Amino acid sequence: MYRYTPTDQRLVDQRASQFSDQMARHARGELAADELRPLRLQNGLYIQRHGPMLRIAIPYGALAATQLRKLADITRRYDRGYGHFTTRQNLQLNWPKFEETPRILGELAGVQMHAIQTSGNCIRNVTTDHFAGVAPDELSDPRPYCEILRQWSTLHPEFAFLPRKFKIAVNAATTDRVLIRAHDIGLQLVRDDAGAFGPAGDYGLRVFVGGGLGRTPILGQLLQEFLPRRHLLSFLDAVLRVYNRHGRRDNLYKARIKILVQSLGVDEFRRQVEAEWALYRDGPLTLTDAEFARMEAQFAPPAYRPAETSAVSGEAAAPATTAGNAETEERAEFVRWQERCVHPHKVAGYAAVTLSLKKTGVAPGDISAEQMDLVADLAEQYSFGELRVSHEQNLVLADVHHSDLYALWQRARAAGLATANTGLITDIICCPGGDLCSLANARSVPVAQAIQLRFADPQRLHALGEVSLNVSGCMNSCSHHPVADIGVLGVDKNGEEWYQITLGGRTGHDAAIGSVIGPAFRADEVPDIVDTLIAVHQENAVGGERFADTLARLGAAPYRERAYAGRGRHPRQERNTADDADHS
Amino acid sequence: MTRIIRNARIEEDHWTRIDAATEAMPDTPSLPSGPILVPLALWQAQRAALIARGTPVGVWLDAGEDAAALANDLSQLDLIAVNFPKFTDGRGYSSARTLRERYGYRGELRAIGDVLLDQLFFMHRCGFDAFAVRADTDIERALAGLHSFSDSYQGAVDTPLPHFRRGDVDNSATPTTGATA
Ligand code: HEM
Ligand code: SF4
Repeated sequence: MYRYTPTDQRLVDQRASQFSDQMARHARGELAADELRPLRLQNGLYIQRHGPMLRIAIPYGALAATQLRKLADITRRYDRGYGHFTTRQNLQLNWPKFEETPRILGELAGVQMHAIQTSGNCIRNVTTDHFAGVAPDELSDPRPYCEILRQWSTLHPEFAFLPRKFKIAVNAATTDRVLIRAHDIGLQLVRDDAGAFGPAGDYGLRVFVGGGLGRTPILGQLLQEFLPRRHLLSFLDAVLRVYNRHGRRDNLYKARIKILVQSLGVDEFRRQVEAEWALYRDGPLTLTDAEFARMEAQFAPPAYRPAETSAVSGEAAAPATTAGNAETEERAEFVRWQERCVHPHKVAGYAAVTLSLKKTGVAPGDISAEQMDLVADLAEQYSFGELRVSHEQNLVLADVHHSDLYALWQRARAAGLATANTGLITDIICCPGGDLCSLANARSVPVAQAIQLRFADPQRLHALGEVSLNVSGCMNSCSHHPVADIGVLGVDKNGEEWYQITLGGRTGHDAAIGSVIGPAFRADEVPDIVDTLIAVHQENAVGGERFADTLARLGAAPYRERAYAGRGRHPRQERNTADDADHS
Repeated sequence: MTRIIRNARIEEDHWTRIDAATEAMPDTPSLPSGPILVPLALWQAQRAALIARGTPVGVWLDAGEDAAALANDLSQLDLIAVNFPKFTDGRGYSSARTLRERYGYRGELRAIGDVLLDQLFFMHRCGFDAFAVRADTDIERALAGLHSFSDSYQGAVDTPLPHFRRGDVDNSATPTTGATA
């Protein structure tokens, strides 16, 4: 993984002292609260329902075991001994003390970490595939690109006060695991094998612009079919400059780049970007082969064990006992875990492993300090001392040898980190919601838990297959619910918590925004509704069809009808505004 | 007389700023004598008369005004200022880079309006060399804001080459954390 150069370290140290000074000036009354606000947000410090919240950057989700241990230590000494991993591959602390945050940032700098630009109207933490570097379907490792972007975006002098936040995601695999088209800029790494755009075999980026969820979910549109990679920075500077100059600043809700792209049309937007770019293209910002090589070297593969002739599979590594029921059940559990949490790896003999943070009874994405310490140990023992945070709010050990799977599973299970539900309906992506977030209309965690409880039976859960279900506490959509198979959105009706359901969202290259099925439901109705939607699926699925595919085949009508049957409320027939906003 | 930061020093300012006319445009003869910094609209309306005064004249652009409006006038101007109505309105950073990099403006480029300590480093990188810090700001302290950071990654006006192309940097990794393998 990337390790800081002296420059990186100096910048992060100086940023921590700058923040410390800003907080001290604020305490002395030299910096007013509203003047401190944008500055502290750009250091991850929010004021939420119960007080401060600190969002720590985990650039493109990559963490070293030593860093995770430090995070555990920080949550113990400055917080309540746990943290919350977000869909943006960051870590949130919910209970820090306002005046102690400069010290936290100082300690983070000591392990090459920071909270720079994790909030505010600036370029945010770049996100990528949690299987980066090990995915069999990957063209090339996206992390060198991410680190290049991290450096370019960090303290960018021109773009610290954009109209609104700006999120960039990078994907390099055939499968889109980063929601490319739900970002302000989505980058897909491609190779020009035919030489259509220049020398054959050159790497470049397919650039999407103007995606975003929030109250107006819109999917990104194609801006460049093939941007040779050396132009990445000069081109992004041009995109950001057009946005910085012309993005709306009069209305917070219309300030994202997606609104600018919609109002100009993507062709006019592209024309403006290209006019801006023309001056800078091939200029000093041009990336060099040496720089790519330097970054690639930082992400060189670890020292994998050579493949053995008789491949040892994880299953074979489990003790083949002939003993009683307890062992049989344990064995079944291990098999289920392997099915859901062990993922293919490009190197023979290795696997990527998800450590689920979606155990029923624990808020999705939450992790205790003890678990962090354990995961750090596991990473050191089984995965070359590194791990990743996934945008599904789980942790991933990317380089586990098959022969270690059983031992790893046992230790993870003992710590409550081996729930075999990755990709299943209980792997709920869930925002902090009304329990913690001051923008919430409703709580999200209790609803997520009530749904998880409905699927407590492992047999039933596994038989159902893949279903994504995401819960957001308000239309800001921090859980990405518009692109889930089943989206649950908290709404406020005269002070009561109600929940609107969307169906048919999709991630991936064929991403789609889900449609609202009709009037909202009370909290206690939601698990029943989910059950009903699942029942419609199970009655109609043919040959192991996934929820999404059955739904695509049948359309939403049968699900909708059944959800409202006997409830004295009627499903909405017209399409919702979210769909209308999607001109993709 | 007010003081400003110019070329990293605190200096007296001799310019008189004319605010954007709310109603009628002031007549050129009614303008104060000495160097004047006028809004773009006044410059565009009375360009010849302003030049004919024979005293230094500068133009200030508001955040939403396009630097292109001055592209052909740069040689006539002794000063260009860019207004920051609020420090969170970042349009002026792009205006500054455009004036310097696209139009090659070499004269004094001054940040005016809600100009505060914590933005000076970024402003300077984008091509500003003068800062009329907000009246209630301690200008001596604000000076330190020019040096918030010793390094930078991006190519910008002050340092056109990005970090990875500057020959003299040490890019060796420091092994404090990271992989154990
Ligand atoms: C608790 C404090 C939080 C606050 C105040 C907050 C605020 C917001 C707001 C206002 C938006 C809408 C932006 C827009 O429409 O322009 C948003 C979007 C989003 N936030 Fe949060 N959020 C919080 C926590 C989180 C968490 C915990 C996550 C991850 C689980 C997250 C991830 C996202 C994502 C993915 C989006 C939608 C994507 C997009 O920006 O288009 N946020 N958030
Ligand atoms: S979706 Fe709403 S409630 Fe949930 S974290 Fe985001 S802003 Fe808060």
